[in-house]
Amino acid sequence: METLLETRALVKRYPELTAVDCLDLKIHAGKCFGLLGPNGAGKTTTLEMIEGILPPTSGEILYRNAPIGRRFSEEIGIQFQSTALPDFLQVHEVLTLFSAFYSKHMNRDELKDLCDLGDFWTRDASKLSGGQRQRVLLALALVNDPEIVFLDEPTTGLDPQARRRFWELLSLIRKRGKTVVLTTHYMEEAYELCDEIAIMNRGKIIAQGSPDDLLKEHFRGISIRLPKGTDYKIDTNSMSGSEVFDRGEAYEILTEDPNVTLRRLLDLGIPLKEVQIRSRNLEDLFLKLTGKGFQNAEAPRAD
Amino acid sequence: MLKLLALIKARNLEFYRDRTALTWTLLFPFIVLAGFAYGYSGKKEALLTVRATGKNAENHAVLKELQALPGMDFKVLEDEAIATVKLSRYETDLTVNVTDDGKHLVYATNPDSERGKLAERLLLQSALLRPELGATLEARTVTGHKIRYADWLLPGLLAMNIMFGSMFGVGYVIVRYRKNGVLKRLRATPLGAFQFLSAQVISRMLLMLFTSLLVIGGAMLLIGFKPSLSFPALLDLTLFLGVSAAAMISVGLVVAARISSEEVADGVLNLMTWPMIFLSGIWFSLDGASPWVLRISKAMPLSYVVKGLRSILLDGTRITELMPEVRILLVITGVLIAVGSALFKWR
Repeated sequence: METLLETRALVKRYPELTAVDCLDLKIHAGKCFGLLGPNGAGKTTTLEMIEGILPPTSGEILYRNAPIGRRFSEEIGIQFQSTALPDFLQVHEVLTLFSAFYSKHMNRDELKDLCDLGDFWTRDASKLSGGQRQRVLLALALVNDPEIVFLDEPTTGLDPQARRRFWELLSLIRKRGKTVVLTTHYMEEAYELCDEIAIMNRGKIIAQGSPDDLLKEHFRGISIRLPKGTDYKIDTNSMSGSEVFDRGEAYEILTEDPNVTLRRLLDLGIPLKEVQIRSRNLEDLFLKLTGKGFQNAEAPRAD
Repeated sequence: MLKLLALIKARNLEFYRDRTALTWTLLFPFIVLAGFAYGYSGKKEALLTVRATGKNAENHAVLKELQALPGMDFKVLEDEAIATVKLSRYETDLTVNVTDDGKHLVYATNPDSERGKLAERLLLQSALLRPELGATLEARTVTGHKIRYADWLLPGLLAMNIMFGSMFGVGYVIVRYRKNGVLKRLRATPLGAFQFLSAQVISRMLLMLFTSLLVIGGAMLLIGFKPSLSFPALLDLTLFLGVSAAAMISVGLVVAARISSEEVADGVLNLMTWPMIFLSGIWFSLDGASPWVLRISKAMPLSYVVKGLRSILLDGTRITELMPEVRILLVITGVLIAVGSALFKWR
């Protein structure tokens, strides 16, 4: 696999905090790379350093094995977490404006179709809905037919339908062989879209690999969640071959063979009416690695 | 070059589609003009105005007799040429230049002015009252056409419009772009800071030229303003408007170089524009003002814009005769654009 982009010992230090702490990343050509973490983990800071927007305190950023430079800014596309568009310009005019900044362009009609902009092509760009706006911002990131597309939390604030639609767009972009670097705090999104992920917490990478490999590496089996009842109690030692955890209002049983575990619960006379069975996910992984739930891990630092 | 043209086009589109800003830019000078015309319609004017020049003119016994007369507006000016221009525009009725250590008075009137004739008679009577001085008097005439206050005011208002349109139009807009992330988005493209700033300067210069010419055209239609419309005069006007707008835009660029709060930018721009409004000679001539007021006025770029526009529009002065003003405005532009570019931050 060709390494398209690489960071070596990347650091961003502010007087009061270290936002990114000695980061080593490798992003491979044609893959979707996800940078995950709670708010304040250092994702956006990392991304902006890689994009060349923010100067790092120390470390190296290499594009095709050479330090990033003018060629890099010509060959990347960026969608920021929050960006206003110039006032009083229509969608197609904004795209024309940004196209003029690059030597290479994607065909406008192709871009219009790819990002599904037809319905609001001549509308004032500052008067779009959230989903439409994100599609325009994605189109802006693609105007120069980039090698790498950076997307910083592109679906934050979108309703589930708009989010799904955005995922479909990303799939189309990936089919064109583009490398995508995505930050998100939606674990489901990362699992759905990314070939490889790096989980960040407090400026450091705490896990890196493909989502499935990471889950396989850190978890065995699946989770059975059983609300606590007044008429039964599970002895944590009574479930051989499984681990039982008391989670307050419920028990969580981790098992490699749910059939055996469920049969054992029935044998013990425990009702299975409200039982929940699910595979382990990236949120569980984060919990395991940091000891905190994803939503509780927010750190007081610049993202 | 393509990047520059695309940015200029986009910025111009933004301006022309922002109907509120466009309407205000075009209407503002007329609203102020109408307000002042109304405000001064009932103003009690002096019966006669006399402007004196020359060494110790304020203490000359004959002139003291003259200024002691009721209803007399008497002022001493430093420059005889300014007094002559005022006489030619009917802004004063009589000029007196004191020469030869007070022994010889050269006075001038406009031959078509009845008030001038009256002022001349009063001067001669004053001289008769002080025969012991033995001062000789020499009469001259200066001709010209009458300049109404509205005509005199218009170039100043035009200059003020350029100042607001340039400083706020560039300064405030860049700060807003920085605050809402547009600058950050542009930073993520191969566009350079110099290209971005140049586009802002050029697009705003074109807009200021266009709106200024529209305002002059409107003034010709609405208040009968009569500037020279020959090709050289229009060329001079266009060149001077461009130089003026560039100087004022460069002030806006420096203000916008780093500020990221619209409120702060608003405050700083207001702090800079208000003294210029009052001390650049827009509303009243600063001739005869105290030396410290004149010194402050000379430090303000708008003073040179007002002076140049007034000379071109009212007197038909060629731009070649305004080279001192043009040079100062160009130096201001060059220095401030260099400072603004050096200080400029995308975020």
